[in-house]
Amino acid sequence: MPELRTEEMTINMGPQHPSTHGVLRVELVLDGEIVVDAIPHIGYLHRCFEKHSESMNDYQQVIPYVDRMDYVAAMSNELGYAIAVERMLEIEVPERVEYIRVIMAELQRIASHLLAIGTYGLDIGAFTPFLHCFRDRERILEIFESACGARLLYNYIWVGGLSHDVPSNFKDKVRDFINYFPPKIKGYNDLLTYNKIFIDRTADVGVLPPEVALNYAASGPVLRGSGVDWDLRRNDPYSIYDRFEFDVVVGKGEMGTVGDCWDRYIVRVREMEQSVRIIEQAVEQMPDEGDVKAAVPKRIRPPEAEIYARTETPRGELGYYIISDGSMSPFRVKGRSPCFVNLSVLPAISRGSMIADIVAIIGSIDIVLGEIDR
Amino acid sequence: MVETLEQFLPHPLLAIIMHAALPMVIVFPYVLFAVWLERKVSAHMQDRLGPMRTGGWHGWSQTIADMIKMIQKEDIVPSRSDKFLFKFAPFLAFMGAYAAFAVIPFSSEYIGAHLDVGAFYILAVTSVVTLSILMAGWASNNKWSLLGAMRTSAQIVSYEVPTVVAVLSVIVATGTLNLMTISEMQTGTIFNWLIFSNPFLLIAFVLYFISSLAEVNRTPFDLPESESELVGGFQTEYSGMRWGMFMLTEYADMLLVSLLGSVLFFGAWNSPFGDFMSGPVWGVFWMVSKGMFFIFVMMWLRWTLPRLRVDQLMDVCWKYLIPIAFINLVLVALWEMLF
Amino acid sequence: MKNPEEIYAILKEKFGEEKVELKEDAKVVPWIVAAPDSIKEVTKFLRDDDGLDFDYLMCLSGVHYPKDNSLGVTYHVNSTRKKHSLTLKCIVPEDNPHVQSIESVWKTANWHEREVYDMVGIMFDGHPDMRRILCPDDWEGHPLRKDYKVQEYYRGMKVPY
Repeated sequence: MPELRTEEMTINMGPQHPSTHGVLRVELVLDGEIVVDAIPHIGYLHRCFEKHSESMNDYQQVIPYVDRMDYVAAMSNELGYAIAVERMLEIEVPERVEYIRVIMAELQRIASHLLAIGTYGLDIGAFTPFLHCFRDRERILEIFESACGARLLYNYIWVGGLSHDVPSNFKDKVRDFINYFPPKIKGYNDLLTYNKIFIDRTADVGVLPPEVALNYAASGPVLRGSGVDWDLRRNDPYSIYDRFEFDVVVGKGEMGTVGDCWDRYIVRVREMEQSVRIIEQAVEQMPDEGDVKAAVPKRIRPPEAEIYARTETPRGELGYYIISDGSMSPFRVKGRSPCFVNLSVLPAISRGSMIADIVAIIGSIDIVLGEIDR
Repeated sequence: MVETLEQFLPHPLLAIIMHAALPMVIVFPYVLFAVWLERKVSAHMQDRLGPMRTGGWHGWSQTIADMIKMIQKEDIVPSRSDKFLFKFAPFLAFMGAYAAFAVIPFSSEYIGAHLDVGAFYILAVTSVVTLSILMAGWASNNKWSLLGAMRTSAQIVSYEVPTVVAVLSVIVATGTLNLMTISEMQTGTIFNWLIFSNPFLLIAFVLYFISSLAEVNRTPFDLPESESELVGGFQTEYSGMRWGMFMLTEYADMLLVSLLGSVLFFGAWNSPFGDFMSGPVWGVFWMVSKGMFFIFVMMWLRWTLPRLRVDQLMDVCWKYLIPIAFINLVLVALWEMLF
Repeated sequence: MKNPEEIYAILKEKFGEEKVELKEDAKVVPWIVAAPDSIKEVTKFLRDDDGLDFDYLMCLSGVHYPKDNSLGVTYHVNSTRKKHSLTLKCIVPEDNPHVQSIESVWKTANWHEREVYDMVGIMFDGHPDMRRILCPDDWEGHPLRKDYKVQEYYRGMKVPY
């Protein structure tokens, strides 16, 4: 019998595909169901963020564009940008503003992780956790809405302060949420995290060893999932994170190898618990009175300088490299987006897995295409 | 029953057509209801309400509206597809599913065809669905469809083995392939049902239910159309009513395996309370309610569980279900010999 | 934990003053300028030296300096174990923008360098896959150059709206 001729099949996953979380295109080279190579192609959502920022005539005007980078964690993006510009200007923001910022950023982290684990369930085929996550995310969005009127793109954290003060019942609302939320995490764990099929699908899949993760400069839950104990909130504290007690969650390989998809997933779930802890402390310590716009400069004209400021967003290290030429508009704003860097790991960890694993891996990296393409 | 109809109708052929169309009276309204139920069940499991507006009470006519919408949609056939196969596949799929209803005893008085090899016929004729899915996947000329179709054929062919062995356990216990005879053997109270007659038949039922889930492509075995991986699997290129036919087939298949399960294990059209509420019309009621119960369980599973990966799916079948099914078959036979 | 001056002292000893240069007058943090044809050696040394141990390339950005007719690449490196960080720069003339690729030192540079090539137009020698990353492959010009003019038509579609 003559030998059967076989050949590899090249297939386009995306840009329109339910599980690429946006307009990502992955060129898959398949041998049956086995992935020989996966080449990501990005840029479908490129909106020239950096070019736009250069043409703004005020540093404050960049903030709405920053919102639209990682549109599911806009607060964290604003915080990073505000901190970068504030460091250039060397302004101190009022105590109360710092607390509100931390509460907002941590609420945003919970909201973003809820979206991440919900859609991850969806990728694996479990539909119900997704809507349960959205139910709880809704409560956070309500808090944001009451503070700034927007639910997705806030333009709330300004350079030197905030756009509005929080409403008078803000603390009660946040306390309600932190009382309501922790039992729900247990619900997710029962429904999804410790489900046998879910574990089978994610454990030992897409293993990212710690040294590879560092070499690729992965950050956030992707890096911590690989067992690297690195969190900018603790290792390079910004704002007032050094005042709070919280644990940095790392993947331990409980269900398989350290750095598999399940580890990246569980890091997100446990980080939500830690965020609740931070919010609890912040609400207790937050001063009741104070002008949130006290330090907002009338005109922002930084000295001729450059800065790289980094913060820990839900997806990892968000860095802003800002160069000022001494004028009112930024000379160069580069956003170092965590997803851009995290996604570049994809080819390295997906070779040899199956098509269904590609979906699991992309989901566990938790990408937002708005931030990758900027 | 054909004879009774022949007395009223002018031509014997008309009587046969009418006789053949009778299951349609159950299947079509059932599909409309089941799609609505699926939406409601999923909605309530997910803390939401589901359709609430269409038709007034809890959106009862949502699926009717959807069906009208689907009929009105443009019939799109991809230009590079194999046109004949592409158009024919959905009909073949439904034909296979519908043909199987011929031997389901809906009541003590109604069965489409009094075949002595009823159980065998069902297992054979439902395989046509596999063929139609392969046709659809191939004819679409789309790589995702092809992958979906290949997965399906591998899956259904594999899972047919444990299904058949589980059905065989019942046949070993009853000694007949005729589904009507099997139903009649279970007349009496709930304790006459086959599932309680033999402890190993209980295991056979669990095996049957799991593998039938895979045969009708329901979660956790919904790989052929796994939306998040293969876009839409074999139905990616289908739209409008042709897609609706696949949907119809899927739900008809669900009903079929549920009804077969209740015939084989849960007393078919027999009332659980002996003579109380029994009779030909009550028979239809019991049959459909038992079927609906299993369909509800399927929906319940679908909205709870994630999906298996294709290699794990095969592992479950070949490494666990098939060996257990065969051992169980021997044990059923031993039990029948001893007691 | 080392500050940029101490790191510079180590680098100067290793590579000599013509290869690396410290800009002390810079605001906020001082940076080190390295020669474009030795950046790979320098970064490799930064990564492998036990006292420096820079294992993490945070950011790699391209900048256009129209005043000096030059282009620059800025590397922000960090050490997760030693907890220090450093800013490195390479400056190349606009008409011959070639920098050594450091993809083999830190894999993360792969996509970053592609982005810099796409946006500013610096060629990275030794990069395995020097393609555009955000713009389409047949796009004209490099958008983040200060003198960038948008092309009129892209494949028959009008670009400026």
